[in-house]
Amino acid sequence: MKARSVGEVLDERIARGEGSLVGYLPAGFPDLQTGIDAAVALAENGVDAIELGVPYSDPVMDGLVIQQATQKALANGFRLRDLFTAVEAVRSRVDVPVLVMTYWNPVVQFGVDRFADALADAGGCGLITPDITPDSAADWIATSDRTGLDRVFLAAPTSTDERLREIAQATRGFVYAVSTMGITGLRQDLDAAARGLVSRLRDAGAERTCVGIGVSNADQVSQVLEYADGAIVGTALVKSLADDGVAGLARTARALADGK
Amino acid sequence: MAEHESQQRETQQHETHLRDQRGPYFGEYGGRYMPEALIAAVDEIAAAYEEAKNDPVFQNELATLHREYTGRPSIITEVPRFAAHAGGARIILKREDLNHTGSHKINNVLGQALLTKRLGKTRVIAETGAGQHGVATATAAALFGLECTIYMGEVDTQRQALNVARMRLLGAEVVSVKTGSRTLKDAINEAYREWVTTVETTNYVFGTAAGPHPFPVMVRDFQKIIGEEARQQVLDRTGRLPDAVAACVGGGSNAIGIFHAFLDDAGVKLYGFEAAGDGVDTPRHAAAIGKGRPGILHGARSYLLQDEDGQTQESHSISAGLDYPGVGPEHSWLADIHRAEYRPITDTQAMDALRLLSRTEGIIPAIESAHALAGALDLARELGPEGIVLVNLSGRGDKDVATAGRWFDLFDEGAVQA
Repeated sequence: MKARSVGEVLDERIARGEGSLVGYLPAGFPDLQTGIDAAVALAENGVDAIELGVPYSDPVMDGLVIQQATQKALANGFRLRDLFTAVEAVRSRVDVPVLVMTYWNPVVQFGVDRFADALADAGGCGLITPDITPDSAADWIATSDRTGLDRVFLAAPTSTDERLREIAQATRGFVYAVSTMGITGLRQDLDAAARGLVSRLRDAGAERTCVGIGVSNADQVSQVLEYADGAIVGTALVKSLADDGVAGLARTARALADGK
Repeated sequence: MAEHESQQRETQQHETHLRDQRGPYFGEYGGRYMPEALIAAVDEIAAAYEEAKNDPVFQNELATLHREYTGRPSIITEVPRFAAHAGGARIILKREDLNHTGSHKINNVLGQALLTKRLGKTRVIAETGAGQHGVATATAAALFGLECTIYMGEVDTQRQALNVARMRLLGAEVVSVKTGSRTLKDAINEAYREWVTTVETTNYVFGTAAGPHPFPVMVRDFQKIIGEEARQQVLDRTGRLPDAVAACVGGGSNAIGIFHAFLDDAGVKLYGFEAAGDGVDTPRHAAAIGKGRPGILHGARSYLLQDEDGQTQESHSISAGLDYPGVGPEHSWLADIHRAEYRPITDTQAMDALRLLSRTEGIIPAIESAHALAGALDLARELGPEGIVLVNLSGRGDKDVATAGRWFDLFDEGAVQA
């Protein structure tokens, strides 16, 4: 089924005055089929867009929960080609945008063009690239222009205004605002820095902004959606899937969606 | 012959500017592939370094530290009894093992610690493999009154237990990293994660000439004093330049440090020796240039041991300091343009060279440096009696005595092993 861009989906909700919930899970965790069922369960329980993570040997932006999940996926034999199988399977069952979140080297080794074509064929809508910035992504920008795929870059509280403008301009879909200075994981208090960053991003021309890193419960989702277009939840979902399986994950997703 | 001539021409074309590479790219290698959250910190370091580089106050401070703290210039030592085992060419060692803290790592660390003060930061973090960079960083932190946390793979904390104790004695916190392959690459991952979280107060003192720009250039600049001194010392001693310069290569900081001064001397051949572990035809080695292909790890594009999907492969070497699946980008470039040649040395070859230097010259080298010594024996044989080989003896072997004791069965039965 033709993939809607994540921007279209966010815009539909914005038009209704609603924010979106974006949910992250690693592909292939705990195994390929369960990972697919889990992503489908997200979509069926109030998650508006899915981020499928590519398990990678050196996940420098991830905390322990996601590290352990992705290492398990690799230990269970996850290969890059399985990513496209997963995207296609999820898209055949639910009509939500599926973005792929990937560290950059696997894409480079697969071939940037080849990766983009395979993702588009599978019905994926684009990439989130946590360890490259627009100034190091000329080949990906060219390829995503050719294929029309979304490209989500990250912005941080420490980014200068000039860099925020570059990020806003290079992004298609939404800017991923890193809520706080840190890696993925659960946090009690969301940093006030997030609110400031989202406002600076709007001034820098960002069309849509979603906030991630450390968003883990319905209250935080609700807080974030006061000022951002979307809230991104990862670790809380991964932990729930790891501890309580797909049924537990579905409950967690539903509870988070109540924060919308 | 034709090929040789064309290579010579290529070298001559580069002649005027090989030493002037400023990054972020060396040919197609290097760059700055980093999370946005760290870009501000990396930019801040780059700007501070550019300013410090041209500031006589900074340079004087560093020169004074080199002289009065590290003990520079390090001497050169000719080793005829060692060289006699390789056909009689002259072998000359650059004695970085005699530096305070026992290796070349202090050269870079003092520079980056001064920079930390300049940035107004109060804490340093660092990764370490063999523990040499960790010890040097902990030392500089003690000297400058900075807080210090060192990340070290669990495997390395076990095989380099003495250095763990040294770092703690110096007041540093040592974090044993238990993720991934539990060696140097995972220590770097963990240090990055910590840096993202604490970047406001913390400077990351990176130990090798790899990582994102400006680290490859900055670390090289802090280490190039090795080659600058050695080039003059060999000239003074022998009346000419060496035929070959040899160094071990993990990330490649001691190698680029001694190579740099010779890059534009077309008659001086440069050799980097990578750790071949059990052999480059087995899966257990660390020969990134020899057996890897270009990829992105830890912020830069360079040769890398990786599988078809771009997953980093675990490296293996008896030497913790060389046990890294990547290599600094300037080395990848020097390999591609044929200005330097990179060869593999197995664990066995390195340990044999370590024992030979110990017995013939009374110098116990670090296992890392023993890779360069083993390579130098081959170079000496190739050059014959007229040849001169300069070797960077990058570190001393005190930290490796327990490993050597097990390897050569030197412990009495039942004795308590270090």
